[in-house]
Amino acid sequence: MNVETRIKDPYYKAMMGKMILLVIAVSFAPLLLVSGSILNKFSISYREKVNAHLGELVLKHTQNIDGFLLEKLNNIRFIANSFSIEELKNENFLRNKLAALQTEYGTVFEDLGVINNEGIQVTYAGPFKLERAVYSDAEWFKKALKKDYFISNVFLGLRGTPHFIITVRVNRHGKPWILRATISFAAFNSVVENLRIGKTGFAFILNNEGEFQSKPGFKVAASETHSCHISIKEGKKTKDGIYFHKFDDESGNRILHVASFLKKGEWLLVFQQDESDAFMDIDHAKQIAFIIIIIGGICTIVTAIMLSRWMVAKIAKADAEKEMMNQQVIDTGKLASLGELAAGIAHEINNPVAIMVEEAGWIHDLLEDEPVNKLENKEEFERALAQIKTQGIRCREITQKLLSFARKIDSSVANVNINEIINDVIRFCSQRAKYSNVVIQSKLGENLPVLKVSHTEMQQVLLNLMNNALDALEKRGGNISITSMLEDDDVVIGVKDDGPGIPPATIHRIFDPFFTTKAVGKGTGLGLSICYGIIKKLGGNIDVQSIIDAGTTFSVRIPRKTNESK
Amino acid sequence: MIVAKALLVDDEIPFVETMTKRLNKRDFSISSAFSGVDALKHLEENSEVEVVILDVKMPGMDGIETLKIIKQRFPLVEVIMLTGHGTIESAIEGMKLGAFDYLVKPCDMEQLVAKVSEAAMKKRKHNEKIIEAQLKDIALRRI
Repeated sequence: MNVETRIKDPYYKAMMGKMILLVIAVSFAPLLLVSGSILNKFSISYREKVNAHLGELVLKHTQNIDGFLLEKLNNIRFIANSFSIEELKNENFLRNKLAALQTEYGTVFEDLGVINNEGIQVTYAGPFKLERAVYSDAEWFKKALKKDYFISNVFLGLRGTPHFIITVRVNRHGKPWILRATISFAAFNSVVENLRIGKTGFAFILNNEGEFQSKPGFKVAASETHSCHISIKEGKKTKDGIYFHKFDDESGNRILHVASFLKKGEWLLVFQQDESDAFMDIDHAKQIAFIIIIIGGICTIVTAIMLSRWMVAKIAKADAEKEMMNQQVIDTGKLASLGELAAGIAHEINNPVAIMVEEAGWIHDLLEDEPVNKLENKEEFERALAQIKTQGIRCREITQKLLSFARKIDSSVANVNINEIINDVIRFCSQRAKYSNVVIQSKLGENLPVLKVSHTEMQQVLLNLMNNALDALEKRGGNISITSMLEDDDVVIGVKDDGPGIPPATIHRIFDPFFTTKAVGKGTGLGLSICYGIIKKLGGNIDVQSIIDAGTTFSVRIPRKTNESK
Repeated sequence: MIVAKALLVDDEIPFVETMTKRLNKRDFSISSAFSGVDALKHLEENSEVEVVILDVKMPGMDGIETLKIIKQRFPLVEVIMLTGHGTIESAIEGMKLGAFDYLVKPCDMEQLVAKVSEAAMKKRKHNEKIIEAQLKDIALRRI
């Protein structure tokens, strides 16, 4: 089963799902916490900053308007106090003064008038026909008569257009006289409207009754009043006397009011702006943050999926390898158990077989002493006895192979002289070599280092290579050459035979476990695999060179540096 | 003429009996023992034994242990190891301890005869050298 197929298994699918969720959760939680926290702090800080800025603007604008009114009042006071009533009652004189004021301030001053204590305008300079106009019943006249100076609310009056007046009372010849100036509503309005912020921010003025004293940025009827002058006072107030108030209009928009009193508390300057407009930058920052979170989230999800898939594929591959290894261990374990059993059987069988063979040999010996003509089937007896002997030897060979297979590996390390092991192995194999007509030659290097390795393991490696060489030469005989030398700081052992060689098609598989070219029952396929494992464990290498009908050479290379006995 | 005087040691009684008969038939003088302890006792009592044919695996004192003691007490006696479980370890250990050679059961009679003869010859040559040396020593003393 390949990895792609394996990861479709429900177990790996569930694992991948859990991994994806975990990675997303671990990535998203800090992202959301940090971005949310930063955005919240930024929002609070930005709101405070905007409110402070608006408060300052409204305060300055209030001071500007108050300054505007005071300046105009002082102009009228100067005229009233500097000239006699006779001069002021002179129409030409009054016109000249109006012309001088208009030259100085443009159309801010619309007209000037002098009113006696009965409310009759005795002199008038201005564009309207208001000579001899009677103001005795006008509310403003009554108030103006009581105060040294007075600034009225905006009203329509006799002319029918919105305006307000500034009056100064002077006492001449024991009677009060009123000098009145009309302030252009348009001019005053332009001063108020001067405060414009964003798309929806504008200012207007209300009096204490909620009547508009300037033209607001929205449509209102002439007589319409506004109740915000009451609700504003309920809002937050700063130490500078700036009021902050919020409310929802008919359309559901959140409206911000920033207000301040002017004209000694008679008027209220109100700055109005949609909250969304005032705090537009916060919304913009929120949108950017949201886009970043969305993009970051998509990237995180994609990464989580890819990473989890990659990791699960790795785990699946590792599991597959583990299963394969486990299977190999089980197989090897089974073989080891089989080996133990085989060792027991071999030992138990060898003795009775030896007795059988010896008994047959004894019969053969006795038959030789019998007279030739006394035993009718002597030849048949001899053939049968020879067959018993042959089969007994065959049994011995079988049990020898069983014992060889069952040999245990002792991996404890000790100081080992490689040449001694080679000589031991040669001696051990010499008998088999003699029967197989094989000549073993050795050329062992001098002054080889003593290695700290497992004696049994090294013996097994060399015995395996020698047995393979003997197997290759068993049928036709030949030569085996075993060499040892020190080359490039490695101890190199060569086992060369002039046998039939290994076919190129199989040479790359000879170190694979359970691979064998020997007849069924003659090889386990573990010999070279175990040798390969032993040499690799020492950090060395084992390789093979083979030419068909010329022979095979196995080279074992053990690094001196890591294995030399200190 | 006796080819060699040998002691056959094995816990397998039928094997020892048959092998003894066969070797006796080939002009060997074979005595037998069924354990390592018996073998050592026999060697104590019979100094003419030239070769010991010794099974490796025996109950009680095994062949390797017996070989060690034989080589300590009777260094001139040659020992041929006979093993029914021809492991390289036991065979090589036996050789290192001074065994003349080893054979794997069931062994070929001709091979066994040849090995025992060779071992006996070696023992006799050894004896001859010792006797020569002793004679030389006596002659030198007389002079």
